[in-house]
Amino acid sequence: MSGVLRLDAVTKEYPRTGVALKDVSFAVDKGEFLFLTGPSGSGKSTLLKLLSFAERPTSGEVKVSGFSSTTLRDREIPQLRRRLGIVFQDFRLLTDRTVEANIAFALEVTGTPAASIGGKVGRLLTQVGLASKATAMPHELSGGEQQRVAIARALANDPFLLLADEPTGNLDERATRGILQLLREINAMGTAVIMATHDLSLIMRSGYRYLELERGALLYDGTDARALSRHQ
Amino acid sequence: MRLAFREALLAFRRAPLLSMLGITTIAFSLFAFGLFGLVALNIREALRAVEDRVELRAFLVDGTSENALAAALGDISAFPEVREVGYVSPDSALARSREELAEFSDVFDASVLPGSLEIRLNEGFRDPVTVQALADRIATYPFIDDVRFGQEWVAKLYRVRTLSVMAGAGLGVVFALVAVLIIGSTIRMAVLARAREIEIMRLVGATNGFVRMPFLIEGLLKGALGGALAVALTWLTHSVVSQSLFETIFFTPAQAALGVLAGAALGFLGSMVSVGRHLRAVWKDA
Repeated sequence: MSGVLRLDAVTKEYPRTGVALKDVSFAVDKGEFLFLTGPSGSGKSTLLKLLSFAERPTSGEVKVSGFSSTTLRDREIPQLRRRLGIVFQDFRLLTDRTVEANIAFALEVTGTPAASIGGKVGRLLTQVGLASKATAMPHELSGGEQQRVAIARALANDPFLLLADEPTGNLDERATRGILQLLREINAMGTAVIMATHDLSLIMRSGYRYLELERGALLYDGTDARALSRHQ
Repeated sequence: MRLAFREALLAFRRAPLLSMLGITTIAFSLFAFGLFGLVALNIREALRAVEDRVELRAFLVDGTSENALAAALGDISAFPEVREVGYVSPDSALARSREELAEFSDVFDASVLPGSLEIRLNEGFRDPVTVQALADRIATYPFIDDVRFGQEWVAKLYRVRTLSVMAGAGLGVVFALVAVLIIGSTIRMAVLARAREIEIMRLVGATNGFVRMPFLIEGLLKGALGGALAVALTWLTHSVVSQSLFETIFFTPAQAALGVLAGAALGFLGSMVSVGRHLRAVWKDA
Protein backbone atom coordinates (compact mmCIF):
# COMPACT_ATOMS: atom_id res chain seq x y z
CA MET A 1 0.00 0.00 0.00
CA SER A 2 1.37 3.40 -0.89
CA GLY A 3 0.88 5.98 1.83
CA VAL A 4 0.33 9.67 1.10
CA LEU A 5 1.24 10.75 4.59
CA ARG A 6 2.56 9.44 7.84
CA LEU A 7 3.02 10.88 11.31
CA ASP A 8 5.53 9.32 13.68
CA ALA A 9 5.31 10.20 17.38
CA VAL A 10 4.48 13.81 16.57
CA THR A 11 4.34 16.29 19.43
CA LYS A 12 3.62 19.98 18.94
CA GLU A 13 4.18 22.42 21.74
CA TYR A 14 3.53 26.15 21.60
CA PRO A 15 5.57 28.44 23.82
CA ARG A 16 2.48 30.18 25.23
CA THR A 17 -0.33 27.67 25.14
CA GLY A 18 1.59 24.48 25.82
CA VAL A 19 1.12 21.05 24.27
CA ALA A 20 -1.28 21.02 21.32
CA LEU A 21 -0.49 17.51 20.07
CA LYS A 22 0.98 14.66 22.10
CA ASP A 23 2.78 11.73 20.56
CA VAL A 24 0.43 11.27 17.60
CA SER A 25 1.14 8.56 15.03
CA PHE A 26 -0.97 7.46 12.08
CA ALA A 27 -0.75 6.96 8.33
CA VAL A 28 -3.11 7.69 5.45
CA ASP A 29 -3.19 5.71 2.24
CA LYS A 30 -3.64 6.92 -1.25
CA GLY A 31 -7.25 7.73 -2.03
CA GLU A 32 -8.43 7.38 1.55
CA PHE A 33 -11.20 9.49 3.15
CA LEU A 34 -10.48 10.33 6.76
CA PHE A 35 -12.42 12.35 9.31
CA LEU A 36 -10.79 14.22 12.11
CA THR A 37 -12.88 15.01 15.15
CA GLY A 38 -12.71 16.13 18.75
CA PRO A 39 -13.77 19.10 20.85
CA SER A 40 -12.49 22.62 20.20
CA GLY A 41 -8.85 22.91 21.14
CA SER A 42 -8.28 19.16 20.84
CA GLY A 43 -5.62 19.65 18.18
CA LYS A 44 -7.50 19.21 14.89
CA SER A 45 -6.34 22.49 13.40
CA THR A 46 -2.82 21.99 14.70
CA LEU A 47 -2.74 18.64 12.97
CA LEU A 48 -3.87 20.19 9.66
CA LYS A 49 -1.27 22.94 10.04
CA LEU A 50 1.41 20.32 10.46
CA LEU A 51 0.18 18.47 7.37
CA SER A 52 0.36 21.64 5.25
CA PHE A 53 3.71 22.59 6.80
CA ALA A 54 2.30 25.83 8.16
CA GLU A 55 3.91 24.57 11.36
CA ARG A 56 6.69 22.12 12.17
CA PRO A 57 6.41 19.50 14.93
CA THR A 58 8.34 20.02 18.15
CA SER A 59 9.38 16.38 17.98
CA GLY A 60 8.59 13.39 15.80
CA GLU A 61 8.27 13.43 12.02
CA VAL A 62 5.56 14.50 9.59
CA LYS A 63 5.94 12.99 6.15
CA VAL A 64 3.67 14.10 3.32
CA SER A 65 4.21 12.59 -0.12
CA GLY A 66 7.91 12.21 0.35
CA PHE A 67 8.36 15.65 1.96
CA SER A 68 9.64 15.21 5.51
CA SER A 69 9.34 17.80 8.27
CA THR A 70 12.85 16.93 9.39
CA THR A 71 14.52 17.74 6.09
CA LEU A 72 12.22 20.06 4.12
CA ARG A 73 13.54 23.58 3.80
CA ASP A 74 11.20 26.56 4.13
CA ARG A 75 11.67 27.59 0.54
CA GLU A 76 10.58 24.14 -0.64
CA ILE A 77 7.20 24.44 1.11
CA PRO A 78 5.48 26.02 -1.94
CA GLN A 79 6.36 22.87 -3.90
CA LEU A 80 4.42 20.79 -1.38
CA ARG A 81 1.51 23.23 -1.20
CA ARG A 82 1.00 22.95 -4.94
CA ARG A 83 0.25 19.30 -4.42
CA LEU A 84 -2.22 19.93 -1.58
CA GLY A 85 -5.68 21.41 -1.67
CA ILE A 86 -6.84 23.27 1.42
CA VAL A 87 -10.33 24.54 2.26
CA PHE A 88 -11.58 26.37 5.34
CA GLN A 89 -14.79 26.93 7.23
CA ASP A 90 -14.87 30.58 6.13
CA PHE A 91 -14.15 29.88 2.41
CA ARG A 92 -11.44 32.58 2.13
CA LEU A 93 -12.39 33.80 -1.32
CA LEU A 94 -11.21 37.06 -2.81
CA THR A 95 -14.42 39.04 -2.47
CA ASP A 96 -13.50 41.62 -5.10
CA ARG A 97 -13.10 39.11 -7.94
CA THR A 98 -15.50 36.91 -9.84
CA VAL A 99 -15.81 33.20 -9.20
CA GLU A 100 -13.70 32.33 -12.24
CA ALA A 101 -11.07 34.94 -11.35
CA ASN A 102 -10.79 33.39 -7.89
CA ILE A 103 -9.99 30.02 -9.38
CA ALA A 104 -7.77 31.42 -12.11
CA PHE A 105 -5.79 33.27 -9.41
CA ALA A 106 -4.60 29.98 -7.90
CA LEU A 107 -3.42 28.83 -11.32
CA GLU A 108 -1.74 32.12 -12.23
CA VAL A 109 0.26 32.46 -9.05
CA THR A 110 1.63 28.96 -9.40
CA GLY A 111 2.86 29.63 -12.89
CA THR A 112 0.29 27.83 -15.03
CA PRO A 113 0.61 28.94 -18.69
CA ALA A 114 -2.03 31.58 -19.43
CA ALA A 115 -3.33 29.71 -22.47
CA SER A 116 -4.44 26.70 -20.44
CA ILE A 117 -6.03 28.60 -17.55
CA GLY A 118 -9.40 29.40 -19.15
CA GLY A 119 -10.19 25.79 -20.06
CA LYS A 120 -9.04 24.50 -16.73
CA VAL A 121 -11.21 26.97 -14.80
CA GLY A 122 -14.23 25.91 -16.86
CA ARG A 123 -13.63 22.23 -16.12
CA LEU A 124 -13.20 22.89 -12.39
CA LEU A 125 -16.43 24.91 -12.24
CA THR A 126 -18.28 22.12 -14.00
CA GLN A 127 -16.83 19.60 -11.59
CA VAL A 128 -18.18 21.50 -8.56
CA GLY A 129 -21.50 22.23 -10.28
CA LEU A 130 -21.11 25.99 -10.69
CA ALA A 131 -20.55 26.37 -14.45
CA SER A 132 -23.42 28.84 -14.63
CA LYS A 133 -21.97 31.11 -11.92
CA ALA A 134 -18.56 31.76 -13.46
CA THR A 135 -18.98 35.52 -13.65
CA ALA A 136 -20.83 35.94 -10.34
CA MET A 137 -19.19 37.72 -7.43
CA PRO A 138 -18.73 35.68 -4.23
CA HIS A 139 -21.28 37.73 -2.27
CA GLU A 140 -23.94 36.81 -4.80
CA LEU A 141 -23.56 33.12 -3.90
CA SER A 142 -24.96 31.06 -1.05
CA GLY A 143 -22.59 29.68 1.59
CA GLY A 144 -22.64 26.25 0.02
CA GLU A 145 -21.83 27.70 -3.39
CA GLN A 146 -18.96 29.75 -1.99
CA GLN A 147 -17.52 26.63 -0.43
CA ARG A 148 -17.77 24.91 -3.82
CA VAL A 149 -15.74 27.75 -5.33
CA ALA A 150 -13.15 27.31 -2.58
CA ILE A 151 -13.04 23.57 -3.34
CA ALA A 152 -12.63 24.24 -7.05
CA ARG A 153 -9.72 26.53 -6.23
CA ALA A 154 -8.20 23.85 -3.97
CA LEU A 155 -8.43 21.37 -6.85
CA ALA A 156 -6.82 23.74 -9.35
CA ASN A 157 -3.37 22.22 -9.10
CA ASP A 158 -4.57 18.59 -9.10
CA PRO A 159 -3.76 17.79 -5.47
CA PHE A 160 -3.19 14.25 -4.27
CA LEU A 161 -4.50 15.30 -0.84
CA LEU A 162 -7.33 17.64 0.13
CA LEU A 163 -7.30 19.10 3.65
CA ALA A 164 -10.66 20.48 4.79
CA ASP A 165 -10.90 22.35 8.11
CA GLU A 166 -14.57 22.31 9.18
CA PRO A 167 -15.72 22.93 5.59
CA THR A 168 -19.40 22.58 6.56
CA GLY A 169 -19.16 24.51 9.83
CA ASN A 170 -20.97 27.54 8.41
CA LEU A 171 -23.47 25.65 6.27
CA ASP A 172 -27.02 24.43 6.75
CA GLU A 173 -28.03 20.77 6.61
CA ARG A 174 -28.71 20.68 2.87
CA ALA A 175 -25.57 22.52 1.84
CA THR A 176 -23.56 20.28 4.18
CA ARG A 177 -24.85 17.16 2.44
CA GLY A 178 -23.98 18.70 -0.94
CA ILE A 179 -20.43 19.54 0.09
CA LEU A 180 -19.89 16.10 1.58
CA GLN A 181 -21.16 14.53 -1.61
CA LEU A 182 -18.76 16.66 -3.63
CA LEU A 183 -15.83 15.67 -1.41
CA ARG A 184 -16.79 12.02 -1.89
CA GLU A 185 -16.76 12.44 -5.65
CA ILE A 186 -13.38 14.06 -5.49
CA ASN A 187 -12.18 11.23 -3.28
CA ALA A 188 -13.57 8.66 -5.71
CA MET A 189 -11.35 10.14 -8.41
CA GLY A 190 -8.28 9.28 -6.34
CA THR A 191 -7.62 12.32 -4.15
CA ALA A 192 -7.18 11.53 -0.46
CA VAL A 193 -9.39 13.69 1.75
CA ILE A 194 -8.88 14.64 5.38
CA MET A 195 -11.82 16.51 6.82
CA ALA A 196 -11.96 17.99 10.30
CA THR A 197 -15.49 18.28 11.68
CA HIS A 198 -17.54 18.67 14.83
CA ASP A 199 -20.50 17.04 13.15
CA LEU A 200 -20.53 13.49 14.50
CA SER A 201 -23.60 12.52 12.51
CA LEU A 202 -21.61 13.01 9.30
CA ILE A 203 -19.03 10.52 10.51
CA MET A 204 -21.55 8.01 11.76
CA ARG A 205 -23.51 8.00 8.52
CA SER A 206 -20.43 7.74 6.32
CA GLY A 207 -18.81 4.71 7.88
CA TYR A 208 -15.38 6.16 7.01
CA ARG A 209 -12.31 5.89 9.16
CA TYR A 210 -11.96 8.68 11.69
CA LEU A 211 -9.44 9.95 14.20
CA GLU A 212 -10.66 11.33 17.49
CA LEU A 213 -8.46 13.76 19.36
CA GLU A 214 -8.76 14.98 22.89
CA ARG A 215 -6.42 17.51 24.46
CA GLY A 216 -3.83 16.76 21.84
CA ALA A 217 -3.83 13.00 22.27
CA LEU A 218 -5.10 10.50 19.68
CA LEU A 219 -8.03 8.83 21.43
CA TYR A 220 -9.35 6.62 18.67
CA ASP A 221 -8.36 5.61 15.17
CA GLY A 222 -10.81 3.34 13.37
CA THR A 223 -14.16 3.00 11.66
CA ASP A 224 -16.39 1.91 14.51
CA ALA A 225 -19.11 4.53 14.90
CA ARG A 226 -20.12 3.08 18.25
CA ALA A 227 -16.74 4.12 19.66
CA LEU A 228 -17.63 7.65 18.65
CA SER A 229 -20.94 7.75 20.49
CA ARG A 230 -19.27 6.31 23.57
CA HIS A 231 -17.30 9.52 23.99
CA GLN A 232 -20.33 11.75 23.86
CA MET B 1 6.74 39.27 -13.82
CA ARG B 2 3.92 40.40 -16.09
CA LEU B 3 1.40 39.07 -13.60
CA ALA B 4 3.21 40.88 -10.80
CA PHE B 5 2.88 44.13 -12.73
CA ARG B 6 -0.76 43.46 -13.44
CA GLU B 7 -1.48 42.76 -9.77
CA ALA B 8 0.41 45.89 -8.74
CA LEU B 9 -1.56 48.06 -11.17
CA LEU B 10 -4.76 46.29 -10.18
CA ALA B 11 -4.12 47.43 -6.63
CA PHE B 12 -4.16 51.03 -7.85
CA ARG B 13 -7.38 50.49 -9.75
CA ARG B 14 -9.16 48.53 -7.03
CA ALA B 15 -8.35 50.95 -4.27
CA PRO B 16 -7.71 54.28 -5.98
CA LEU B 17 -8.50 56.23 -2.81
CA LEU B 18 -6.13 54.23 -0.65
CA SER B 19 -3.44 54.45 -3.34
CA MET B 20 -3.89 58.20 -3.69
CA LEU B 21 -3.79 58.56 0.07
CA GLY B 22 -0.58 56.55 0.17
CA ILE B 23 1.08 58.56 -2.58
CA THR B 24 -0.03 61.85 -1.00
CA THR B 25 1.27 60.79 2.40
CA ILE B 26 4.60 59.82 0.92
CA ALA B 27 4.67 63.08 -1.05
CA PHE B 28 4.00 65.25 1.98
CA SER B 29 6.47 63.53 4.26
CA LEU B 30 9.13 63.85 1.55
CA PHE B 31 7.96 67.42 0.89
CA ALA B 32 8.65 68.31 4.53
CA PHE B 33 12.09 66.79 4.14
CA GLY B 34 12.55 68.63 0.83
CA LEU B 35 11.60 71.99 2.35
CA PHE B 36 14.04 71.42 5.13
CA GLY B 37 16.70 70.51 2.56
CA LEU B 38 15.93 73.66 0.59
CA VAL B 39 16.32 75.86 3.68
CA ALA B 40 19.57 74.12 4.60
CA LEU B 41 20.83 74.51 1.03
CA ASN B 42 20.07 78.23 0.97
CA ILE B 43 21.55 78.89 4.40
CA ARG B 44 24.71 77.13 3.29
CA GLU B 45 24.79 79.17 0.11
CA ALA B 46 24.30 82.44 2.02
CA LEU B 47 27.04 81.53 4.48
CA ARG B 48 29.37 80.69 1.65
CA ALA B 49 28.82 84.14 0.13
CA VAL B 50 29.62 85.75 3.48
CA GLU B 51 32.63 83.52 4.08
CA ASP B 52 33.95 84.59 0.72
CA ARG B 53 34.59 87.97 2.29
CA VAL B 54 36.95 86.63 4.95
CA GLU B 55 40.30 88.22 4.12
CA LEU B 56 43.58 89.21 5.72
CA ARG B 57 45.20 92.57 5.38
CA ALA B 58 48.96 92.82 6.06
CA PHE B 59 50.30 96.37 6.37
CA LEU B 60 53.79 97.04 5.12
CA VAL B 61 56.56 98.98 6.81
CA ASP B 62 57.35 102.20 4.94
CA GLY B 63 60.09 101.89 2.37
CA THR B 64 59.78 98.15 1.74
CA SER B 65 61.87 97.29 -1.30
CA GLU B 66 60.19 96.14 -4.48
CA ASN B 67 62.29 92.99 -4.53
CA ALA B 68 61.32 91.92 -1.02
CA LEU B 69 57.72 92.64 -1.86
CA ALA B 70 57.78 90.59 -5.06
CA ALA B 71 59.38 87.65 -3.24
CA ALA B 72 56.80 87.83 -0.46
CA LEU B 73 53.94 87.97 -2.96
CA GLY B 74 55.28 84.82 -4.63
CA ASP B 75 55.73 83.08 -1.26
CA ILE B 76 52.33 83.93 0.10
CA SER B 77 50.40 83.07 -3.03
CA ALA B 78 51.93 79.57 -2.85
CA PHE B 79 50.44 78.94 0.63
CA PRO B 80 47.66 76.34 0.38
CA GLU B 81 45.30 78.58 2.38
CA VAL B 82 45.64 81.48 -0.04
CA ARG B 83 43.44 81.91 -3.07
CA GLU B 84 44.90 85.21 -4.18
CA VAL B 85 47.09 87.91 -2.85
CA GLY B 86 47.24 91.47 -4.14
CA TYR B 87 49.36 94.50 -3.39
CA VAL B 88 47.57 97.72 -2.54
CA SER B 89 49.98 100.67 -2.96
CA PRO B 90 49.67 103.76 -0.72
CA ASP B 91 48.32 105.66 -3.77
CA SER B 92 45.57 103.26 -4.55
CA ALA B 93 44.74 102.94 -0.84
CA LEU B 94 44.33 106.68 -0.83
CA ALA B 95 42.14 106.66 -3.92
CA ARG B 96 39.95 103.93 -2.44
CA SER B 97 39.56 105.72 0.87
CA ARG B 98 38.68 108.97 -0.83
CA GLU B 99 36.08 107.17 -2.85
CA GLU B 100 34.57 105.30 0.13
CA LEU B 101 34.61 108.29 2.47
CA ALA B 102 34.00 111.10 -0.04
CA GLU B 103 33.13 113.77 2.52
CA PHE B 104 36.53 113.38 4.19
CA SER B 105 38.49 113.16 0.93
CA ASP B 106 40.60 116.21 1.72
CA VAL B 107 41.61 114.80 5.11
CA PHE B 108 43.61 111.97 3.53
CA ASP B 109 47.16 112.63 2.63
CA ALA B 110 49.36 110.29 0.61
CA SER B 111 51.79 109.94 3.46
CA VAL B 112 49.14 108.74 5.98
CA LEU B 113 48.19 105.42 4.43
CA PRO B 114 50.66 102.53 4.31
CA GLY B 115 50.86 100.02 1.50
CA SER B 116 49.33 96.65 2.23
CA LEU B 117 48.79 93.10 1.03
CA GLU B 118 45.21 91.92 0.53
CA ILE B 119 44.93 88.16 1.03
CA ARG B 120 41.82 86.17 0.10
CA LEU B 121 41.44 82.66 1.38
CA ASN B 122 40.51 79.34 -0.14
CA GLU B 123 37.34 77.55 0.98
CA GLY B 124 37.97 75.34 3.98
CA PHE B 125 40.65 77.66 5.44
CA ARG B 126 38.33 80.29 6.85
CA ASP B 127 37.97 79.12 10.44
CA PRO B 128 39.40 81.33 13.22
CA VAL B 129 42.29 79.01 14.12
CA THR B 130 43.56 78.65 10.57
CA VAL B 131 43.19 82.34 9.85
CA GLN B 132 45.03 83.29 13.05
CA ALA B 133 47.85 80.85 12.26
CA LEU B 134 48.21 82.31 8.78
CA ALA B 135 48.22 85.85 10.19
CA ASP B 136 50.98 84.88 12.62
CA ARG B 137 53.01 83.33 9.83
CA ILE B 138 52.71 86.39 7.62
CA ALA B 139 53.58 88.66 10.53
CA THR B 140 57.03 87.04 10.69
CA TYR B 141 58.16 88.83 7.50
CA PRO B 142 60.40 91.70 8.69
CA PHE B 143 58.70 94.27 6.47
CA ILE B 144 55.18 93.44 7.75
CA ASP B 145 54.03 95.94 10.31
CA ASP B 146 50.66 94.52 11.31
CA VAL B 147 48.12 91.88 10.18
CA ARG B 148 44.37 92.41 10.63
CA PHE B 149 41.42 90.20 9.85
CA GLY B 150 38.43 91.06 12.04
CA GLN B 151 38.97 88.25 14.56
CA GLU B 152 35.62 88.59 16.30
CA TRP B 153 33.66 88.66 13.11
CA VAL B 154 35.41 85.54 11.78
CA ALA B 155 34.87 83.72 15.10
CA LYS B 156 31.17 84.58 15.10
CA LEU B 157 30.72 83.57 11.48
CA TYR B 158 32.41 80.28 12.22
CA ARG B 159 30.12 79.61 15.19
CA VAL B 160 27.03 80.29 13.07
CA ARG B 161 28.34 77.97 10.41
CA THR B 162 29.10 75.12 12.84
CA LEU B 163 25.71 75.53 14.46
CA SER B 164 23.88 75.47 11.15
CA VAL B 165 25.74 72.36 10.01
CA MET B 166 24.97 70.56 13.28
CA ALA B 167 21.35 71.64 13.43
CA GLY B 168 21.01 70.73 9.77
CA ALA B 169 22.37 67.23 10.27
CA GLY B 170 20.25 66.65 13.38
CA LEU B 171 17.03 67.95 11.89
CA GLY B 172 17.76 66.13 8.64
CA VAL B 173 18.00 62.80 10.46
CA VAL B 174 14.76 63.53 12.34
CA PHE B 175 12.89 64.53 9.20
CA ALA B 176 14.17 61.50 7.30
CA LEU B 177 13.18 59.22 10.17
CA VAL B 178 9.68 60.66 10.30
CA ALA B 179 9.37 60.21 6.55
CA VAL B 180 10.48 56.58 6.80
CA LEU B 181 7.99 55.87 9.60
CA ILE B 182 5.07 57.52 7.82
CA ILE B 183 5.85 55.81 4.53
CA GLY B 184 6.30 52.49 6.30
CA SER B 185 2.87 52.69 7.94
CA THR B 186 1.24 53.87 4.72
CA ILE B 187 2.52 50.86 2.86
CA ARG B 188 1.63 48.63 5.75
CA MET B 189 -1.97 49.75 5.28
CA ALA B 190 -1.82 48.83 1.61
CA VAL B 191 -0.41 45.42 2.49
CA LEU B 192 -3.03 44.87 5.21
CA ALA B 193 -5.75 45.71 2.70
CA ARG B 194 -4.50 42.77 0.67
CA ALA B 195 -3.69 40.33 3.47
CA ARG B 196 -6.26 37.92 2.04
CA GLU B 197 -4.51 37.79 -1.34
CA ILE B 198 -1.20 37.12 0.34
CA GLU B 199 -2.74 34.37 2.44
CA ILE B 200 -4.27 32.66 -0.57
CA MET B 201 -1.13 32.93 -2.65
CA ARG B 202 0.76 31.20 0.15
CA LEU B 203 -1.98 28.62 0.50
CA VAL B 204 -1.91 27.49 -3.11
CA GLY B 205 1.87 27.37 -3.20
CA ALA B 206 3.09 30.64 -4.68
CA THR B 207 6.74 31.19 -3.81
CA ASN B 208 7.68 33.96 -1.39
CA GLY B 209 9.36 35.88 -4.16
CA PHE B 210 6.23 35.68 -6.24
CA VAL B 211 4.04 36.88 -3.38
CA ARG B 212 6.36 39.76 -2.66
CA MET B 213 6.84 41.00 -6.20
CA PRO B 214 3.53 42.86 -6.79
CA PHE B 215 3.89 44.65 -3.46
CA LEU B 216 7.47 45.63 -4.14
CA ILE B 217 6.44 47.04 -7.52
CA GLU B 218 3.48 48.82 -5.96
CA GLY B 219 5.69 50.30 -3.23
CA LEU B 220 8.32 51.34 -5.74
CA LEU B 221 5.76 53.07 -7.97
CA LYS B 222 4.03 54.81 -5.08
CA GLY B 223 7.34 55.92 -3.64
CA ALA B 224 8.56 57.27 -6.98
CA LEU B 225 5.28 59.09 -7.62
CA GLY B 226 5.30 60.49 -4.08
CA GLY B 227 8.92 61.56 -4.52
CA ALA B 228 8.18 63.29 -7.83
CA LEU B 229 5.19 65.05 -6.29
CA ALA B 230 7.35 66.15 -3.36
CA VAL B 231 9.99 67.58 -5.73
CA ALA B 232 7.23 69.43 -7.63
CA LEU B 233 5.79 70.86 -4.40
CA THR B 234 9.23 71.92 -3.22
CA TRP B 235 9.91 73.60 -6.55
CA LEU B 236 6.58 75.41 -6.35
CA THR B 237 7.45 76.70 -2.88
CA HIS B 238 10.87 77.76 -4.11
CA SER B 239 9.46 79.75 -7.02
CA VAL B 240 6.77 81.42 -4.89
CA VAL B 241 9.38 82.46 -2.30
CA SER B 242 11.77 83.60 -5.01
CA GLN B 243 9.16 85.77 -6.66
CA SER B 244 7.58 87.31 -3.60
CA LEU B 245 10.19 87.31 -0.83
CA PHE B 246 13.82 86.80 -1.72
CA GLU B 247 15.97 84.99 -4.24
CA THR B 248 16.56 81.34 -3.33
CA ILE B 249 18.42 78.58 -5.08
CA PHE B 250 16.89 75.18 -5.93
CA PHE B 251 18.33 71.68 -5.93
CA THR B 252 20.39 70.67 -8.93
CA PRO B 253 18.60 68.29 -11.32
CA ALA B 254 20.75 65.48 -9.93
CA GLN B 255 19.64 66.28 -6.38
CA ALA B 256 15.99 66.42 -7.46
CA ALA B 257 16.35 63.06 -9.23
CA LEU B 258 17.89 61.72 -6.04
CA GLY B 259 14.72 62.80 -4.22
CA VAL B 260 12.55 60.76 -6.59
CA LEU B 261 14.92 57.82 -6.27
CA ALA B 262 14.85 58.10 -2.48
CA GLY B 263 11.05 57.98 -2.61
CA ALA B 264 11.17 54.85 -4.75
CA ALA B 265 13.72 53.24 -2.46
CA LEU B 266 11.67 54.06 0.64
CA GLY B 267 8.53 52.65 -0.97
CA PHE B 268 10.39 49.51 -1.95
CA LEU B 269 11.95 48.97 1.48
CA GLY B 270 8.72 49.79 3.29
CA SER B 271 6.89 47.17 1.23
CA MET B 272 9.59 44.59 1.80
CA VAL B 273 9.34 44.99 5.58
CA SER B 274 5.52 45.02 5.60
CA VAL B 275 5.09 41.99 3.35
CA GLY B 276 7.70 40.09 5.32
CA ARG B 277 5.41 40.11 8.33
CA HIS B 278 2.65 38.48 6.31
CA LEU B 279 4.73 35.79 4.71
CA ARG B 280 4.51 33.46 7.66
CA ALA B 281 0.94 32.95 8.81
CA VAL B 282 -1.33 30.86 6.59
CA TRP B 283 -3.64 29.31 9.13
CA LYS B 284 -4.85 32.39 10.98
CA ASP B 285 -7.18 30.74 13.48
CA ALA B 286 -5.16 28.79 16.01
